Amino acid sequence: MALGLIGKKLGMTHIFDSEGNPIPITLIAAGPCKVAQVKSVKRDGYRAVQLAFEVMREKRLSKPEGGHLRKAGIEPMRVLREFRLDASQQPEVAPGDTLDASLFKVGDLVDIIGTSKGRGFTGVIKRHGFSGTASNTHGSHEYFRHGGSIGGRFPQHVIKGVGMPGRYGGSRVTMQNLQVVDVRPAQNLLAVRGAVPGSRNGYVFIRPAKKGPAPTSTSGS
Amino acid sequence: MNVIDYLEKEQMKASVEDFRPGDLVRVHLRILEGEKERVQVFEGNVVGRSGGGVRETFTVRKVSYGIGVERIFLLHSPRVERIEVRRKGKVRRAKLYYLRQRSGKKARIKERDR
Repeated sequence: MALGLIGKKLGMTHIFDSEGNPIPITLIAAGPCKVAQVKSVKRDGYRAVQLAFEVMREKRLSKPEGGHLRKAGIEPMRVLREFRLDASQQPEVAPGDTLDASLFKVGDLVDIIGTSKGRGFTGVIKRHGFSGTASNTHGSHEYFRHGGSIGGRFPQHVIKGVGMPGRYGGSRVTMQNLQVVDVRPAQNLLAVRGAVPGSRNGYVFIRPAKKGPAPTSTSGS
Repeated sequence: MNVIDYLEKEQMKASVEDFRPGDLVRVHLRILEGEKERVQVFEGNVVGRSGGGVRETFTVRKVSYGIGVERIFLLHSPRVERIEVRRKGKVRRAKLYYLRQRSGKKARIKERDR
């Protein structure tokens, strides 16, 4: 995997393209990220670059974390994340280097990883997209948003994977192939088309798209 | 200033015509037909305005061949070339959804003093 960035979701708005069509965008404060550590096969067993993001007060950082960052010669920072490198890839960066939004350019496809909004304990309609009960006639009552039957008489147990109520959201979500619409390294701004997981001010990780654009289907339907 | 406000400001029109719900307006809309570009006019009453910043929209209602037509425009869209205020209306609410239930003489809007 190639190098990416750590960022913070700022919110959504839209911009107009050259034809005047509105394009929905999400703004991300992308970087600047400092290289905290370069991991090598010899020392760590795998190759990766560890990035740090968002300066904070040193007092707030635990001593081991502070020491780790001091070793790289960078300020105390809040978020650390590793980006794995392929066996063939050279790290090209050294601890203390800075990466910013200029890593990406307009038109690039990126994957964005974030933590989705926590929704707490939710029912089956919101969590699994069940349809609920359309009408409540024929003698049934107080049965609108239930999941219905969870199994039959035969297996004598509930089959694994049956949708039930429970905690929803607050999990790691990857949005693939989001198009970069605008990049402003001077303001550390990155704008991508469409939505990004998580709430505003949530941390997101940006990497070049792993799978690339979906092949356009030749069989038109 | 908030980054989003700042970015939206870049996209906004420098000046926007002053109009309110109840006004009769003519919206001059640029339309791309194949290669050619032409201007289409949509005339009707402003039913309401909604949203803020670049995302502000307004709804225009007209009755066309006996059928009510409402169209929502993006106020800052480059496609909305010009908004011409033909008549100022005097109304007592911000959203004139009650017009949908009315027709003929009852659907009239009083004129506001200039």
